[in-house]
Amino acid sequence: MARLIPNLRRLFKYRVLIQSLVGRDLKARYRGSVLGFVWSFLNPLLLMLVYTVVFALILKPRDALFDNPLMYSIYLFSGLLPWSWFLSSTLESAGVLMANGNLIKKILFPAEVLPVVTVTANLVNFLFGLPVLFLLIFLFGGKLTVFVLFLPLVIVIQYIFCLGFALLISALTVHFRDIRDILNNLMTLWFFSTPVIYSMQLAPIQNSRTLRTILSLNPMTHIIEGYHSALYYNGLIHWKRLGVTFLVALAVFWIGYSVFDRLRDSFPEEV
Amino acid sequence: MAAIVLDRVSRRYQKYASRHRFQTFKSAVVKGDLFGSLKAEEMVAAVDDVSLSIEKGTTLGLIGSNGSGKSTLLKLIAGIAKPTSGTVSVEGKISALIELGAGFHPEISGRENVFINGIMLGLSKKEIAAKFDEIVRFAGLVEFIDAPVKTYSSGMFMRLGFSIAINVNPDVLLVDEVLAVGDAAFIPKCLDRIDDFRRRKKTILFVSHDLGMVAKICDQVAWMKDGRLRLLGDPQEVVDAYLQDVAEKQESDYRAGRDEPAETGAATDEAPAPGGDDGRRARRWGKREIEIRKVVLRGLDGAEKHVFSPEEGMLIELDVAAKEPQKDFVFGIGVFNSLGTLCYGTNTDLEEHEPEAIEGGGKVVCRIDRLGLVNGTYYLDVAAHKRDGYPFDYHRSMHTFLVSSLYKDEGIIRFPHKWEFGPHIRIKPVGL
Repeated sequence: MARLIPNLRRLFKYRVLIQSLVGRDLKARYRGSVLGFVWSFLNPLLLMLVYTVVFALILKPRDALFDNPLMYSIYLFSGLLPWSWFLSSTLESAGVLMANGNLIKKILFPAEVLPVVTVTANLVNFLFGLPVLFLLIFLFGGKLTVFVLFLPLVIVIQYIFCLGFALLISALTVHFRDIRDILNNLMTLWFFSTPVIYSMQLAPIQNSRTLRTILSLNPMTHIIEGYHSALYYNGLIHWKRLGVTFLVALAVFWIGYSVFDRLRDSFPEEV
Repeated sequence: MAAIVLDRVSRRYQKYASRHRFQTFKSAVVKGDLFGSLKAEEMVAAVDDVSLSIEKGTTLGLIGSNGSGKSTLLKLIAGIAKPTSGTVSVEGKISALIELGAGFHPEISGRENVFINGIMLGLSKKEIAAKFDEIVRFAGLVEFIDAPVKTYSSGMFMRLGFSIAINVNPDVLLVDEVLAVGDAAFIPKCLDRIDDFRRRKKTILFVSHDLGMVAKICDQVAWMKDGRLRLLGDPQEVVDAYLQDVAEKQESDYRAGRDEPAETGAATDEAPAPGGDDGRRARRWGKREIEIRKVVLRGLDGAEKHVFSPEEGMLIELDVAAKEPQKDFVFGIGVFNSLGTLCYGTNTDLEEHEPEAIEGGGKVVCRIDRLGLVNGTYYLDVAAHKRDGYPFDYHRSMHTFLVSSLYKDEGIIRFPHKWEFGPHIRIKPVGL
């Protein structure tokens, strides 16, 4: 804890670098592709289309959520967009230190800048996607209400959680490259353990104590539910759950940073 | 005042063994002690107990063979690597030219990379904007600056990297062997910049294998060997001692090779195919009916040395031994510069010495009264062979010496010359 504060202060000094690296990342990501940064919301949009077709049109589970394909699309998209932020920042951060090994070995700068840039660049990508989401809600007959104003709060909590997780994963992957391979599968499992394509109100979940406990222990559940409250249910966010999730996010951040700090000196020789 | 102080600095690395690694991961998980178990038992010291104090305004050359710890030392000073023990303190802003263009992103333009690289090296956006034109002009990339960096040639890439790093305007400049890749037009520009730094009394640490350049531009030279600081002091002396050490090492290597004929004998007894691609790599061949057992370079006063001034003389002393008496034999020498150009070659046969007999051992000395070569590293071939060319013992490029001159004159030989001027032309040498 004692080193966390000076480290964060130093990180703040590097904000201009973070800013320019985020800009570089975003520019470089889609350079050379025809549609450019349109891809950053086209990807979740296409994914949404696939899930809508499969669940609302083909499988048709007996649940009110899936009755109206358009409303289901909104539900899906408002969860998929933040999830893909989490997913890509986690997957990318697993390789970020190795990919920038040259920098860590040859230039003096705090290595945590790299995972921070990864998460932040994906956050910006996510923010680009929001207007599209708003547009869809409008087109598909949903409503945007004052509860949208809670969105920034949920985003901040998710940002802290993603940062902590990215720091942890990026530092550990340097030493145990296996993480990168297992992470893909783990994230798929995590995706299905989070109410993105289904709702917490689904009968089997409501009827099973075990399932509910498991889902409640997943911080992403409450974060995604926060988005659902603000954009789909148009209700107040669940203060207590989200508050606890905020504390969990802070704890994850602290753990991630501590592990990162502990392993920092080994990066130049291991990446 | 000291700009850089190293106090008993060591840096140890663990020997890498992946199987061992896996076991530590397993045991780490089992014991629940992830970090403790990551410590390996087998360590290698890249830098071993080095203490060094560099005064402000000094240009220090760092020499030593590959793997002697020069780059690690530089990284320790730059703060990129942390010492395992000991302390490093540096006064002022550091810029490390360890790898030029590290961190350039290939997909974005040179312009954007200049900004990002500059920020990484510690400049503010404003400072970069102010220096931007100068950076681009120095790199000679005015027309290409808005093209993505992936379209640059490696030379352009390097020039841009150098140009940014040198414009950081540091108090301490660390240069690691980066000039080796520049072209003939760019290297003098870089050296000018480094000269400029010296004039402004900045501290420079300069790692190079170009001993001629090191002897020329450094105030002091440090020689690293096996992670330790072997010698620190006057450039000429230290370079001399280093070359001496290299020569001894080569000598003992070849002696070791001779003791195991099964392994190296076949390869070394054959002359290399003419036009073969091994260039001027050090080699030795011949059946050694007459063996050159030792080659020593001396000054005219008889002291063994490896660094000469162009005006000095040199004794090339061959210690030869014949297994059986021979009647047909020639001794020869050849001096090559670092580009592989023969600067001078001669032998006893060309100079019409008639061989009569050699029995047992003895010394052959070629006395050169005045060396008369320009600055640089030179390689010596020595040989004993028959008049028809059949080699007894041929040493190619196995011996090295350095010519270090006060002047930057160019070419191969330095003619004995003087400048004379008419009465209306007032020009005089600056006392050096």
